[in-house]
Amino acid sequence: MQPDASEGGESRTIPARAGIYATRFAPQLAFAAILVIWEVGCRVFKVPAFLLPTPSMIIAGALQQSVSIWASKTWATVRVALMGYALAIAISIPVAMALASSKALARTFYPMIVVIHSTPIIAIAPIIVVTLGASDLPRVAITFLITFFPIVVSTTTGLMAVPEELIELARSLRNDRGREMLYIRLPYALPYVFSALKISTTLSVVGAVVSEFVAAEHGLGYFIQFSTSFFKINQSFAALVLLVTISLTFFKLVGLVQRVFVPWSLPKSER
Amino acid sequence: MTDSSPVITLAGVDQIFGGDRGPGTVALENLSFDIGRHEFVAVLGPSGCGKSTLLRLIAGLVLPTRGRIEIYQRKVTEPRDDVGIVFQRPTLLPWFNVAGNVTFPFLYKYGRVSDAEKSRARDLLRLVGLEEFAKAHVDELSGGMQQRAAIARALLLDPDILLMDEPFSALDALTREEMSFELLRIWSERPKTVLFITHSIPEAVLLADRIVVMTPRPGAVREILDVPLPRPRTLDSLSDPRFNALANHIRSHLFTRHAA
Repeated sequence: MQPDASEGGESRTIPARAGIYATRFAPQLAFAAILVIWEVGCRVFKVPAFLLPTPSMIIAGALQQSVSIWASKTWATVRVALMGYALAIAISIPVAMALASSKALARTFYPMIVVIHSTPIIAIAPIIVVTLGASDLPRVAITFLITFFPIVVSTTTGLMAVPEELIELARSLRNDRGREMLYIRLPYALPYVFSALKISTTLSVVGAVVSEFVAAEHGLGYFIQFSTSFFKINQSFAALVLLVTISLTFFKLVGLVQRVFVPWSLPKSER
Repeated sequence: MTDSSPVITLAGVDQIFGGDRGPGTVALENLSFDIGRHEFVAVLGPSGCGKSTLLRLIAGLVLPTRGRIEIYQRKVTEPRDDVGIVFQRPTLLPWFNVAGNVTFPFLYKYGRVSDAEKSRARDLLRLVGLEEFAKAHVDELSGGMQQRAAIARALLLDPDILLMDEPFSALDALTREEMSFELLRIWSERPKTVLFITHSIPEAVLLADRIVVMTPRPGAVREILDVPLPRPRTLDSLSDPRFNALANHIRSHLFTRHAA
């Protein structure tokens, strides 16, 4: 009986394992399938390369430029995105603290923040360039304007969401508001802050690209405009792939920071 | 009570919410009673009778609309250092480990934690049976263990008075009974004046020297009962005929509309 049972177990293992791999790599497989359909579709229907290049043409296009050239374009964009992102964090969190600690401040300034957020940044980007001149400043400002809003809103929400009992605990220990902010409200808001920081990673790349569309001689956003105007669509796509990579890397990095430094702010399953 | 002067005094306390616009809601009406030194008093009442408000008044978190609340013959106008509070939920902070939560009151008050407080925290964790969990994350503790940690935290500043707001109501029945005996053991090792809010009749009878029975909406004192059970209370206390007699008396009065 026993060898039979173990044989049965053995024969079940292989397809079961294949099933596990298929499930685990399903996203990659689906992605690869789309690339193949794209490649084959373009070739079968003879889509002109200046309308939609095939994946192989994109790779070939990417290889036309040296690694150092791509690296310098990437760094130009990353630099602007990082500066705008850092500025957004540095300004948004104190602003959120101010909004959360005073109803009067919140009533006064929250509508202004909403108005700023409701302004299409792409529309005012050229104006910002005229106002702030040709330097990093307008690019960082545009990135900041796109990035800061989710951080302010989410941080304020987190600071205000502290349960009444925690506030009573703090009040029963009698201390000034400073410690309540430092030891209760800010830590409580961290999960909210991190979810906003993750959303803002993508926005910071959008901001950097928009700013390069409007005013730049360098960077991936500028390069996309430049190469499309010469119908080098395959090179534009290569730059796009890099932009997606930057966004994903930022996103993952913020997730990593959260997991390493504030693991308690994640749901138990994600620690 | 051997000591004659009361630790906590309530005299004609009314609490009305939202009274500045219209008549307001009367939460508590004409509460007057004293609690003696190292006495264990349970406040028993149906939900919505203002029991928790009473605790917040004594804690100095809320000021009464009318009347006088005194601790050691001094009017309560703000939270005091000699009062520890255990809330309904453990309210532990996930950004500190268990030991960090126990020393939190000191950190919050003085901005740092001394070695003396750390060793006090270790002693308190031993007292509540959590010594192996000092470094553990808050989430790793069960509900009962979290509430033990919250009790240790409330004892950190060595308060004379312990205010407990239905501390075991979120626990399952078995853990709840175990925690009651744990609390009695802790109380006998560290005698304190305890005000224990509850809506459980057996819990009140098992724990308290006296029970303040409240009426629902507005919360007023229906009657104050002495618990005739000897100390220390054990599992045998639960089967004592006096236990059931008192529990039945309270039950029959709590569910009738007429005042006692």
